Amino acid sequence: MQKPAGTHTHKSYLTGFVLALILTIIPFALVWAGALPVMATLIAIVVAAVAQMLVHMYYFLHLNFRTTPRDNILALAFAIVLICILVGGTLWIMFDLHYRMMG
Amino acid sequence: MAIADTHPAHEEPAVHLGGGEEFEEREFGFWLYLMTDAVIFALLFATYVVMSGNIAAGPDAKSLFSLPHTAGETLLLLCSSITFGFATLASLAGQSGRVIQWLIVTMLLGAGFVAMEIIEFAGMISAGAGPGTSGFLSAFLTLVGTHGLHVSLGIVGIAVMAVQVSIKGLTNPVRSRLYRLGLFWHFLDIIWIGIFSVVYLPGVM
Repeated sequence: MQKPAGTHTHKSYLTGFVLALILTIIPFALVWAGALPVMATLIAIVVAAVAQMLVHMYYFLHLNFRTTPRDNILALAFAIVLICILVGGTLWIMFDLHYRMMG
Repeated sequence: MAIADTHPAHEEPAVHLGGGEEFEEREFGFWLYLMTDAVIFALLFATYVVMSGNIAAGPDAKSLFSLPHTAGETLLLLCSSITFGFATLASLAGQSGRVIQWLIVTMLLGAGFVAMEIIEFAGMISAGAGPGTSGFLSAFLTLVGTHGLHVSLGIVGIAVMAVQVSIKGLTNPVRSRLYRLGLFWHFLDIIWIGIFSVVYLPGVM
């Protein structure tokens, strides 16, 4: 049975909202201003996206290691492994193929 | 729990999320569904990244995407996430009226998002950038369209939920459905983070 987490408060939701907003504004501002080189901007976008996903998981989905049932955490971990293999494998094969066909 | 104690309870306050022990399996099952949905989106993302360069002499991402438009959509969805959160808090405090009010606000924000997306797609298709134009556009419209379809179904779900709360009150089955719908809605916002980070931001650079 799932008990309410420590993040089930108005203050906590607002904290999550402000953090998410900041982590949205940073990549949009970087792209809009074009101040950094392309590679640095892409890295900043990825870091901000991962950070914001974690913020959403903690503050909005209330995932944590105390109140979230163990099975839910395991299913999430399994899905993340699966996604890494599928996405990583797809990109590896397709871009290697592209490289060999064009090169 | 502290949450239940700090709010005046008009109906019985919940000490558990969702509908309690009898709905445990459904709630876990729904979580498994979300994980499989995440895998579907991950593959659509992978397809998009592979296809994003194949514009077949058609329009490219830079000429089609608008940064302010995407920022607007992002803001609507983020605001709808927190308003659903307030509906969840109201349900934990047993305030069914508040739950309905926040659900209606969430629904309006979600509808605003879908409207912006439809305007974007309609503009693209009328400018000759339909899904048949290039591999890039096929992959783009499939990925973003699938997300938009999820959000549209979520809006229908929220409408049904608001009616159920008003008719049945915050009974255990209703609480369980509200909890699962909330997971779905917040999950879609997480997918959107991926969409603006992988599709729109690199696209306009």
